[in-house]
Amino acid sequence: MSTRGPVPLVGGRRTTSGWGWLPALVIIGLGVAAWQVYATRSGVSAQILPSPARVVHAGWLDRGALWTNTLATLQETLFGFLLAAAVGFVLSMIIDASTILRNALMPLLIGSQTLPLVAIAPLVIIWFGFGLTPKILLVALLSFFPITVALLEGYQATDPDVERLLISMGAGRWRVFRSARLPTSMPFFFAGLRIAITYSVVVAIFAEYAGATAGLGVYIEEETHVFRTDLVFAAVLVTTLVTVGLFAATYALERIMIPWYRISRQTTRR
Amino acid sequence: MTSRPPITPERADQEAPKLRLDGVHHAYRDLEVLDGVSLELATGELVTIVGPSGCGKSTIFSILTGATAPTSGHVLIDNSPLGPATERFAVMPQSDALLPWRRVLDNVTLGLEVQGVSRREARERVQPLLATFGLEQFARAYPFQLSGGMRQRAALLRTVVQDRSVLLLDEPFGALDALTRTDMQAWLESVWDTFRWSVLLITHDIREAVFLSDRIYVLSPRPARVVAEVAVQLPRPRRIEHLSSPEFVRTEAELRQVLHDARGDAAQR
Repeated sequence: MSTRGPVPLVGGRRTTSGWGWLPALVIIGLGVAAWQVYATRSGVSAQILPSPARVVHAGWLDRGALWTNTLATLQETLFGFLLAAAVGFVLSMIIDASTILRNALMPLLIGSQTLPLVAIAPLVIIWFGFGLTPKILLVALLSFFPITVALLEGYQATDPDVERLLISMGAGRWRVFRSARLPTSMPFFFAGLRIAITYSVVVAIFAEYAGATAGLGVYIEEETHVFRTDLVFAAVLVTTLVTVGLFAATYALERIMIPWYRISRQTTRR
Repeated sequence: MTSRPPITPERADQEAPKLRLDGVHHAYRDLEVLDGVSLELATGELVTIVGPSGCGKSTIFSILTGATAPTSGHVLIDNSPLGPATERFAVMPQSDALLPWRRVLDNVTLGLEVQGVSRREARERVQPLLATFGLEQFARAYPFQLSGGMRQRAALLRTVVQDRSVLLLDEPFGALDALTRTDMQAWLESVWDTFRWSVLLITHDIREAVFLSDRIYVLSPRPARVVAEVAVQLPRPRRIEHLSSPEFVRTEAELRQVLHDARGDAAQR
């Protein structure tokens, strides 16, 4: 048995190679082509429905303004996200440590997710002004919840045998948390992060819409008022690209932070 | 190995046993689990507890590790009572409980880290043992990249390096296929023969018990008490060939009989 060589650390057979994106690209391509044909042939006005080619062209011509506003939105999203992750970690640890605090806090946390954004966004802006702060707070408010819940689920998923083992080694609660519960929760954390990131950009844009000096929300509002539907669509396209980019970034972060996870999934899939 | 004095029953009697359980009772509410279990383990002895599943074997372990308090009775280690937080035992659980995010080397040092040993020193202490345990090439691998047998080796090494007085092995090979299991039993016998740790082993595999043990305690179905104590007379080091020797076959048959009788008695009660 000992004569067998070590198992290669990376490189399990994967069924999905670089071509996994192809079906998605085909569907999107077909949709865009149909849209292009309809927009140019049906005689519909460009203010009602601009063709994709026109959207891309107009967006390209206005790339300076789009870029600056995208950066503003991206900044709000990322700071809001950082705050959400920090709050998520702290809350999940508090809730995990004490049943009383869990019972006290959980209804509050769930309640926080029922606040209608339409009502809360203008209020937060009245309270905190037109700057960065209210957007960060709103993004954090909407994205801390899936992160917290994911972390809590993760702690619960800890192997009881591992916990018993650590206790038999003389580990205290904090050591058990640090060596077993927290690492177990990391794949869950990234799942929560991905759920949160899909709507965080939209939340940031909505917050800007409710009152801001810069950002894609401001840009969309201004271009709507002057009937530049093509530029509105361009901003929507950018929003999608930013969201998809951030979504992909969580996978990159996952690979860096918990490299064992991907390798384990490849190994067990064989 | 030849310089080591043989452990004979007489010698074990003169010396204070490493570990002694004296009339240990335990009940969960109304359910009696242990009905006065008494047993002894001498230094450098490998003693096995066999019994039907669910008989309370694991309760004995959780009493020893301090996770459960006995309702009555005494646990003595080196002739002094087991304190509330004694860390005299190193446990190898039934599932290997290796952490998937730690490489084998870092899994093996876990117990030392919990004891407060620095990671560097822990690695230095473990390093020479990796080869003995056949884990040298796997030190940088993740547990899920290892075969079941290799994982158990890593789990045992993690147990051994904690440097505790007694090793508690809870059905260490229960999850392995039959062939690997036999290999691992032979392997455990050979490393144990080198190091002579004081081991308390739990198993429900009679052959495993006979092959590895100096002495075997047979427990009755719940509430558990010791119904027989069997000394295994096979010479050490034991080899797979011993599995078919007359002494082995006789001991195995005797154990099987005792276990069946105990179950019959319990059914009549």
